Amino acid sequence: MSLTDCTAAELLADLNARRVSSVEVVKDFSARIERVDSKVKAFLRYDGDAALKQAKAIDDRRARGGSVGLLGGLPVAVKDLICARGELTTCASKMLANFRAPYDATIVEKLRAVDAVFLGRTNMDEFAMGGSNENSAFGPTHNPWNLNCIPGGSSGGAAAAVAARMATLSIGTDTGGSIRQPAGLCGVTGLKPTYGRVSRYGLVAFASSLDQIGPLARTAEDAALLLEAIAGHDPRDSTSVDAPVPKYSQTINQPLAGLKLGLVREHFGPGLDSEVEAAVREAFKVYQSLGATVKELSMPHAKYGVATYYVIAPCEASSNLARYDGVHYGYRTDVAKMNDRLAEEAKSMSAAGHSAAVDQLDNSLVRMYRQSRAEGFGAEVKRRIMLGTYALSAGYYDAYYLKALKVRRLIRGDYDAAFKQVDLIAGPVTTTPAFKIGEKMGDPLSMYLVDLYTVSANLAGVGGIVFPCGFSRSNLPIGLQLQAPPLAEERLLRAAHMFQKATDWHTRKPPL
Amino acid sequence: MSLTRQDVEKVSLLGRLLLAPDELDRMTLQLGQIVGYVEQLGELNTESVEPMAHAVELKNVFRADDVRPSLERSAALANAPQHDSECYLVPAVLGE
Repeated sequence: MSLTDCTAAELLADLNARRVSSVEVVKDFSARIERVDSKVKAFLRYDGDAALKQAKAIDDRRARGGSVGLLGGLPVAVKDLICARGELTTCASKMLANFRAPYDATIVEKLRAVDAVFLGRTNMDEFAMGGSNENSAFGPTHNPWNLNCIPGGSSGGAAAAVAARMATLSIGTDTGGSIRQPAGLCGVTGLKPTYGRVSRYGLVAFASSLDQIGPLARTAEDAALLLEAIAGHDPRDSTSVDAPVPKYSQTINQPLAGLKLGLVREHFGPGLDSEVEAAVREAFKVYQSLGATVKELSMPHAKYGVATYYVIAPCEASSNLARYDGVHYGYRTDVAKMNDRLAEEAKSMSAAGHSAAVDQLDNSLVRMYRQSRAEGFGAEVKRRIMLGTYALSAGYYDAYYLKALKVRRLIRGDYDAAFKQVDLIAGPVTTTPAFKIGEKMGDPLSMYLVDLYTVSANLAGVGGIVFPCGFSRSNLPIGLQLQAPPLAEERLLRAAHMFQKATDWHTRKPPL
Repeated sequence: MSLTRQDVEKVSLLGRLLLAPDELDRMTLQLGQIVGYVEQLGELNTESVEPMAHAVELKNVFRADDVRPSLERSAALANAPQHDSECYLVPAVLGE
């Protein structure tokens, strides 16, 4: 068996026992990337030499008997919207194509401190906006299970890299389902932690009240290891939760006696693919055979999740993305050409006698902002900036933004009520298995509805985990989602691990 | 409520985006569809509901007002499209 087929836990045991070196591990992953990433395109950049250098330093320290951190020489892939000092951080956008971060994100510092090896940067939807990875300015990632299909988004590169055995561990972000949805569609394990559990300092912001960083891995055990390395309070992030971090990797094997699972009636309505429904219901049976009980319950505001999300997220995005002005960093339009055009516009307007229109014409600075942003951002990013600007503009604020914030409270109320009755909510993560590349690109609303089962967790701030629970007839992975009350990641990981000990869906390898 | 092309054009100025005529047409149609979908929130009576801006109920975080080292000027300017090693440079605004 190749090292790339091992789980992180297996590799770590071998590394710590010095049966294998980090250099050997990195070499195998680099070779795998060289061989399959031309088809999958999960990585925007990977630097085998830099990774080898890091690996060698960790190997040397281990050989000298020095102390080695929790991830001791394991390679990790990082989604390309997390700042690492001196390195390109592009957010898969033309806007930031040449941006080199001037500092390390907290999570990068943490990964360095536990001796992770940085393998490379993974592809994503531009600024993490999308559910299919097709919005990357550098081209889409392909689903390792079927190269004609999308891997899910926006952490599609992160999920595909793990599924295709090009990384054992990767870091994604989840604003409306962007870790869980691609995990489900690529057949890997992805965890969105409770809001505030992992510091967002150094993460390029999309919708700040919803964004959360989390792990993608092959197994729940591996996700536990990575979460343990990255979770914790950070004074530099004022929304970071000040609570101790459990040793997730140590408690994963403790059984969950008498687990109570909630089945949400509204998750099994029209639109749910029959194969997905069958696989999810089969997963309930697995849990029942392990001693869990299943209780049906209602979350009456579940169906309003997408509408609420697509007000709040674009509003926050329009504000966060105002910083891309072509002045401080990022793309700037050709100002000389722009000024010539502006002068021509003024001339032709005057000639036509539209003096009022000339007065209203952009000045150079405003035109530079507008043109730089128009040329630097892709279609989906522009759509969300427009949507958010509209919803926040005078006269519409109450009708859209304020209304959505109130419905957000109702959605959170559904969760609070549900968790009084059950330990975890279980259900589908997507309505269908992965769809074809290009299938939904012309219809943004249908793309937004892809997030139906995931957005509510972000609105409420609760955690969720997704892992494979079956395959479609066309051999595409189907995921199961578990959601837990705030800070109950331990419970999510143990419940997922329990399922993975009883089944082998998570061990399947895509035909690459 | 349907969005007009004029609405979208105004929003594009507020959002500091310059949209081409065909983009304005497409955006008018797509934003109209999305806003139409969002209007289902109107079905809910939320009169007595407190808005929720954040999942974690935040309290003020205080710290001493001490001067600490920050990003160096050269690092802050390093990614700027145009600078003179002291300032960011932009097109002239005054005296046009």
